[in-house]
Amino acid sequence: MIFLIIIGMSLATMIPRVIPAFIVDKLQFRDWVNRWLNAIPYAALGALIFPGILSVKEDQPMIGLAGGLVAIVLAYIGLNIILVVIGAIATVFLLSSVI
Amino acid sequence: MDTVDVEKQQASPSWFMIKRGITVGFPIMLGYLPIAITYGVLAKQAGMTLTELTLMSVFVFAGASQFMGANMIAVGAGAVEIIIATFVLNFRHFVMSLSFMNRLRGIGMNWKFPLSMGLTDETFAVSALHTKEAKMKKGPLFYTALFLTAYIAWVGGSLLGGILGEVIPEKLSQSMGIALYAMFIGLLVPSVKKEMRVGMIAIIAMLINFICVQFMSTGWAIVIGTVLGGLSGVFLLKEEEDPE
Repeated sequence: MIFLIIIGMSLATMIPRVIPAFIVDKLQFRDWVNRWLNAIPYAALGALIFPGILSVKEDQPMIGLAGGLVAIVLAYIGLNIILVVIGAIATVFLLSSVI
Repeated sequence: MDTVDVEKQQASPSWFMIKRGITVGFPIMLGYLPIAITYGVLAKQAGMTLTELTLMSVFVFAGASQFMGANMIAVGAGAVEIIIATFVLNFRHFVMSLSFMNRLRGIGMNWKFPLSMGLTDETFAVSALHTKEAKMKKGPLFYTALFLTAYIAWVGGSLLGGILGEVIPEKLSQSMGIALYAMFIGLLVPSVKKEMRVGMIAIIAMLINFICVQFMSTGWAIVIGTVLGGLSGVFLLKEEEDPE
């Protein structure tokens, strides 16, 4: 039964990912469509970050928000992305220990 | 990290691209490990065997869906229900894949097809901000190495979580929930610094997502936020403008 679920989930996740690989060469996009597709990464990042980040710690949205703000500052001053990640983890860890 | 050492690249383009892919993929590995371990622990508690939970990571390779799947298995939801919920939650990958594949035009199907299967929120976000490699010699190896780094971390972490159980103290694993968000921020901020309008696109997508999530499932809200937010780029981005 669980194997059936795994196979079904595998198809459900694979199909949306794979279809564009097959269709993209057959399509010629107008300029505005290319601009739209080039903007997708930034839109996706936005939608993935917020409001999801508020639920890092259940019932305490401020903690996720604080971690995010620290990440913004660290990234803004140009630190390597690994340090940004570690800084945010440390912030959340310290805050949830204190609060 | 963005400057490409031309000399080294000419010496052995394949090896150069593989090493570069692993380096760029490393933050994803860092973000995936704790989450994959948590998934392994949770799936085990949901009553899945070690083989089942590892195979799910091997064949599904989609974090949010697997957490949801394990949860639904635990509460005894039906297979059809779980599969439909997975489809809804992961439909955003269609939009991301279309955007990514549009960048990979000219690269053969023998690369595009396997790469498309390795697409996740995180591998997409990182590779979409490294578009130069698509046009470079042996470029597909860069993306392959990047995706495999993420994949190995995901599958390995799941297995580890399933074997060891609660290895990471709860407070620490909870704190690590911020890791992928921090990575997304770490990817976004440098692009915004170069081009403010990119930040506008992201903020519009955030707001649309925030509004939508009040009325519908997270999966659809992210799809609509991404699609409509991206649409603002039609007006905000100029011709062939690439903030990278």
